[in-house]
Amino acid sequence: MTEFLKQPWPWYVAGTIIGLIVPALLILGNKHFGISANLRHTCAACFPAGINFFKYDWKKEIWNFFFVAGIFAGAFFAAQLLANPAPVQVHPELVKELEQYGIKDRSNMMPAELFSLKSLFSVRGLIMLIGGGFLVGFGSRYAGGCTSGHSIMGLSNMQWPSLVATIMFMAGGFLMVNLILPHILRL
Amino acid sequence: MKENNTVKIEAPLLSEVEDNVDFEVRSLDTMCVNESHQQHPWWYNFKYMVVGIVFGIVFVKAEIISWFRIQEMFRLQSFHMYGVIGTAVVVGAISVWLIKRFNIKTIYGEKIEFHPKKFSKGQIYGGLLFGLGWGLTGACPGPLFAQIGTGILVIGVVVLSAIAGTWTYGYFREKLPH
Repeated sequence: MTEFLKQPWPWYVAGTIIGLIVPALLILGNKHFGISANLRHTCAACFPAGINFFKYDWKKEIWNFFFVAGIFAGAFFAAQLLANPAPVQVHPELVKELEQYGIKDRSNMMPAELFSLKSLFSVRGLIMLIGGGFLVGFGSRYAGGCTSGHSIMGLSNMQWPSLVATIMFMAGGFLMVNLILPHILRL
Repeated sequence: MKENNTVKIEAPLLSEVEDNVDFEVRSLDTMCVNESHQQHPWWYNFKYMVVGIVFGIVFVKAEIISWFRIQEMFRLQSFHMYGVIGTAVVVGAISVWLIKRFNIKTIYGEKIEFHPKKFSKGQIYGGLLFGLGWGLTGACPGPLFAQIGTGILVIGVVVLSAIAGTWTYGYFREKLPH
């Protein structure tokens, strides 16, 4: 059984479980699936600085912190007990392309050449970690949600503004990965 | 006489808005506008942690947190992520439809509420910026927390930067086109 669980799970299993999180949160307590909101609650709780956008009763949203703590714990559990010992399978063309940039480590799901403390002190790592994180936080709040709130919860509820957001998420991703990222990886 | 009238009309409206400011602020920009009217002790929130644990395991085991999978998705080299998101939307949509159709209640017997999302230009500009960040870090906010859980602690810096990004948005919010 554990051998079976240790293999990477197929998309239809993952997609079904993630889809079921939507009704699970609604039925457990009328909660709408959305993760990026907790970044805002963190601002409201720690550095409101008199900004209107952060003046609300964040304590009412404390469930979201529990949810995120669960994600952290679940990932810890999966990495400790259900880790796949084999290297990550990557499309051969991507392997070839990344090798040009000196990214060869596939022992983990995040290549160590990019996601490590050492990388953080290089220009490339700084742009990817600090710049990327900033864009994720700024963009998701500006759009009013992220992949979970718009692409999964919003689309499940047939909200067309969420479809607009999802299309723009994808457009941004395509633009970055195909046109901008190669220049950053070369740094 | 006329002046008095206007004051009389405005006064109740103003107080209504003030009472409602918390909901207004939250409904504009946050996903979680629903408010349970039940007052429970804080440890009732542990049930959301259980849901989060399941989510975290799936994130890792289906390699959704993998930077490689996101790169493959945006290079059209793999169907995996499209399959995950597509299936999740279909299952989510059927669930929401069933909840509405059969008027399913929460476990505490409350009516489940849905709020329409208002369109703003933020979904265009913000969505694009988010997408750029997604392609760079290979992670949206959920997977970031899962990546830290798997032991890649440097992602903590990405989360801090995302919080800074959220704060910066809040600071410049009134000046940005919506």
